[in-house]
Parts: sequence; structure tokens; C-alpha cells
Amino acid sequence: MSALLEVAGLHVRFGEVAAVRGASLTVARGETHCLVGESGCGKSVTALAVMGLLARGARREAERLAFAGEDLRGLSDRAMSRLRGDRMAMIFQEPMTSLNPSYTVGSQMTEVLRRHRPGTTRARALDRAVELLGRVGITAPAMRLGQYPHQLSGGLRQRVMIAMALMCEPELLIADEPTTALDVTVQAQILRLLAGLQRDLGLAILLITHDLGIVARVAHRVSVMYAGEVVESAPTAALFAAPRHPYTRGLLACVPVPGKVRRDQPLGSIPGVVPRIPPGFAGCAFRDRCAHARPECAAAVPRRAAGPEHEFRCTLAPDWATRAEAALA
Amino acid sequence: MNAAPPPPAIEVRDLRRVFRVRQGLFAPPREVVAVDGVSFRVPAGGVLGVVGESGCGKSTLARLILGLLEPTAGEVLVEGRRLATMDRRARARLIQPVFQDPFASLNPRRRVRDIVAMPLVAQGDVPREEIARRVAEMLERVGLSREQGERFPAQLSGGQRQRVAIARALVLRPRVVVCDEPTSALDVSVQAQILNLLAELRRDLGLTYLFISHNLAVVEHVATEVAVMYLGRIVERAEAEALFAAPRHPYTRALLASVLTPEPGLGVPDVGLGDALPDPANIPPGCRFHPRCPLAFARCPVEAPRPVPTATGIVECHLEDAAAAARPAAA
Repeated sequence: MSALLEVAGLHVRFGEVAAVRGASLTVARGETHCLVGESGCGKSVTALAVMGLLARGARREAERLAFAGEDLRGLSDRAMSRLRGDRMAMIFQEPMTSLNPSYTVGSQMTEVLRRHRPGTTRARALDRAVELLGRVGITAPAMRLGQYPHQLSGGLRQRVMIAMALMCEPELLIADEPTTALDVTVQAQILRLLAGLQRDLGLAILLITHDLGIVARVAHRVSVMYAGEVVESAPTAALFAAPRHPYTRGLLACVPVPGKVRRDQPLGSIPGVVPRIPPGFAGCAFRDRCAHARPECAAAVPRRAAGPEHEFRCTLAPDWATRAEAALA
Repeated sequence: MNAAPPPPAIEVRDLRRVFRVRQGLFAPPREVVAVDGVSFRVPAGGVLGVVGESGCGKSTLARLILGLLEPTAGEVLVEGRRLATMDRRARARLIQPVFQDPFASLNPRRRVRDIVAMPLVAQGDVPREEIARRVAEMLERVGLSREQGERFPAQLSGGQRQRVAIARALVLRPRVVVCDEPTSALDVSVQAQILNLLAELRRDLGLTYLFISHNLAVVEHVATEVAVMYLGRIVERAEAEALFAAPRHPYTRALLASVLTPEPGLGVPDVGLGDALPDPANIPPGCRFHPRCPLAFARCPVEAPRPVPTATGIVECHLEDAAAAARPAAA
């Protein structure tokens, strides 16, 4: 599998806040890469930086930022907007805020295609919209074209957003918390839909979520973000079988799992909150909340390999957890 | 010697609430039945988890129980006393809420200690020194420092704000706390802190919780008993362990199937509920779940199922009804 999206050493700064601090990740064709972390850890900003959709006043720097081998850093706004919605598309958490309430579903869906493929007739664009609405599991698609977003339920709106993102057959889909606002039953339907589309269309998906359950079920590869950095990155099975970073381990301990965590036992929790990091901050940003913090943690933190394609950023040795457990036994 | 058993901490009898909604200037008002004949009792020290999708009436139920909405029919009793006949102050001493969004439920222009003191001040007969003492005690109990008591809500994180909301709910030492999605707006690591705090407070203060959530994994962790709501009715109620080990109602099974536990390799399950979404303004005849039910048969659209008693609760499903009838009467 070749890398479709390559990000290395990404920095994003808003004034005195360093939102992303040297994040690196790659998404291969046909792969789902999950970016997971708590609110304020920089996962959405990373996605917006890739799409070139950062708010004015944000400063973006990167060692590498490439889509299908093409460097995105030097692209003009025009070239970037040609790419967006065409070869790379994005869907957001709250579909009501990303759909225009005063236009019908049909007119919003056809606009994408006619803008990126000038010369497409309206009839041809409408056909494509009907086809895609059917593809994302919407019944009576032709009728939906004439409806306005407020006439649809949350699950239907998110399906419309997905169909709209697919109008130009993108190679990369960035989905930012696409199911967070939905009921669990609808969430399962939408995630199955995304997995099916990926299988059929060979789509690369960068999925942003705070929900480790979603990560475990849909990701091929996971990057855990904390305070603007990717602190651990691994194939999904490896990450859940042997998490190495103390933050990843803490996060996993916080999730109640039916049948696994005793009901009368307290859940694991991480003390404190995600800090705001000023530019020029050195060392590990997690050290104030970490039970294993040592003086070295205030200096530059090495990236360590823990297995094939499994990296984490910590001063602890890769086998610290197994040794600690052995010492307890 | 046969003393009457103590009354349940909270009892709800056949509670019903109908909203009248106008959908246009000249359209006749339509009836939306948000809560339709809900009954349950929770013993002292218990936690009843209420789960269901959005629009199933779980938040309306919370508001009815708190007395924030008038029921159309039915009644709520706390420790055997009818809430409807009490004045607001007496009610506040028995039952208190914790809401989902601590950003919206705290007055942004008041200091934390004043927010927590409010229920005591509203009682009107608590001396000022006692208010100060109880507020300080309560803040410490929920893990907030004296210095944080001087701050405004905007200066606190989401988890700290939810601690303020909990302190405010507990400062009158109520018997019952209604938690409506108390951790849904919080990050997972903070959610765990708040759930642990709620569990600790219940143990130490002997509280009874009504715990409303859409997150079944959370409910499984905190509840002793679980009620599954669908379009205003409790379609299944059972002890938590029994419900999660052996769900009976097809809707409960679908809900449990859609919980995504962090176990890689399992993929996303096919819930099998189809696209027909529940609409409380248009409740289907017969069993209200039948348009989405993968097991529906001829009887379901015509006849509403009655509650069938199970080992630890009830279930409303014709399949269970038929199974109960088929069982020999002697058993």
C-alpha cells in the first residue's frame, strides 16, 4: 500500500497557543487511519491544516505535507480549492452546521460536482446524486433531492454529507467525529456504511474520534494525540494488545467495558486536564499527569520503536509496562 | 413484629405526559405522547439506569420526576410521599438534579460557593454560618479547593463544573438524585473521574440515583437496575447484570449490539434495525417497535404487548408473552 497522505513535523500555532507540535502521520490508499485523543489535543486542527481550512491568523509549518506525492505546502489557494471536495473531501461532526439550510439537498450535492467538473450537465449531476444517495442507504433518493436539510433526521443528514463528499470520487476522506452527534444504533449503521464504501471504492479514510470503541472496530492504524503531539502510533491490534505510552494506557483504563471492568471497582482515571501548551515548551506535555514522570521528562523526549510500525514518544523503555507488571506479580 | 417494609426511595406510578404541538398556523394541534404509562420503584441505595435513543422520552421522564413539568397523569413518590402535594422547598430537600451540560446549568455571573449555597439560601431558614460551613464541606467532598470556590464557572474546566453541579445537588442532603446524561459532555478521562465520584458519594451518603444516559457501557458500570425506553414506554426493565447478560426485548438486544467496546477485530455489528426512525408524534399502532423489529410477526402491528413479568423485572414483547403462555402453568 502506498502512502496517499503524508504529514511530517506539522506545527500549527494560534498566537500564543501551539495547537499542533510536530505531528506526523501517513494514510495509505484503502486504509482507515484513526486519530484519537481528548478535546483540545489538536486532532481537528491537524485535519483542518491538511485541508488548508485553518482559521485566519493560524500559522502552519511542516517538514512534509504531501497528497499523492504532491506537496501541499506551496499550493496556491486556488489550487488547494480545486483539490478540496474533488480528490480530498471532509465531513464534520454536526451535519446541520455544514449543510446550507436554505438550499435543497439536490442543489447542494450537484454544486460540488458541477464546480469541479465544469461541463457536467445538471441532469447528469442529479443522476449522480441519486446514485450516491442510494449508495449510502437512503430510501427514495429522488424525493430527498427536493428536501431541505431540516426535513431530515440526524442520521440521514450525515448520510447526505457522506454522499456529497463522494460526488467527485475522492481518494481521501477526512471524517471529523462523524458519528458523535448520533444515537448508538445510527452510529453503527454509519460506520458500517463507511467501511463498505472503503472496500468498494478503495477510499483512504482519516477518521478523527475521541471514542476508543470506534477506533478498535474500524481502524487499521491508530495515532494517539496528546497536547498537539502524536504520542503513540501503531497498527490497531498492536496498540490495543500492548499500549506503551502512559497516556494511551490511562485512556484505555478510563473506558468502562461491559463484562471486563468490575462494577464495584472504580474506573481508571487520569488526574488533571489537557494543558494548553505555549510555543517553545520543552519535554513531555503529559508529565504533570503521568504517574511515571521523572526529571528526564522535562528534556526532549525520544521517539522509541516498540515493534513493527509501532512507535511511541516517552522516556520509558519499550518494555517498561511488562517489567512493571512482572515486578508486581 | 411485622413492620411494614420501608417504602422505595422513589416510586413512579403510571406516569404520562402529552405535549400538544402546532405544526403550522392553521394546522390543528397534534398530540405528542412523550412519556406513556411509566411505572417503576427504586429501593434506597439503588441506581436505576434509563437508556434509549434520542426522542424516547428519557429526559421528559427526568423533568416529570423533578417536578419541572406537570404530568398529564400519574404520580411520583419519594420515600412514600407524593411529590405533587409538596411545596418546592420540601421537594428540593428530597430530590435534586445533575444535568448534562455544566456550561448551561451554572449561572456564569455567580461564584462557585454562591452557586452551591443557593439551595440552602432558598430554604430560607438556614443560618448564614451553617450555610458557609456546609458549602465548604460539600466543596471539599466533591474534590474542589476553597480557592476554586471563589472562582466563576468560566474559570473552571468541564469536569470541575460538573463537580460544582454535583455539590449543588447534594448540599441539601437529598435522598434521590436525578442524573440526566451527567458525563456526556465530558472527555473520557474526566468522565471516569466523575463516575467514580458519583459512585463514592452514593456509597458514603446512602443516595439513590436515577441515571439517564445513552451510553450503555456507562450505565452497565453504574446501575443496579436498568430500564430501556422506546417511544415513551419502558419496554424492558431488569437487574443490570441480568439485562446485560441476557437481554430479552429485541430492541434491548439491538442497543446492546451497537455498543462498540474497545476490542479490535470485531468490526462494526449489523444492528438490523433498518431505516425507520422512531417519531414520538406518530407512534405506530400495536407494538410501537414493530416497524424496526427484525422479529416482528402478524400480531405485532395490531395488538400492543402487555408487560410480562421476568425473573428480575418486566418485558413488553409478544414473543415473551407467547413463550410465557406456552410454559406449563405448574412451572
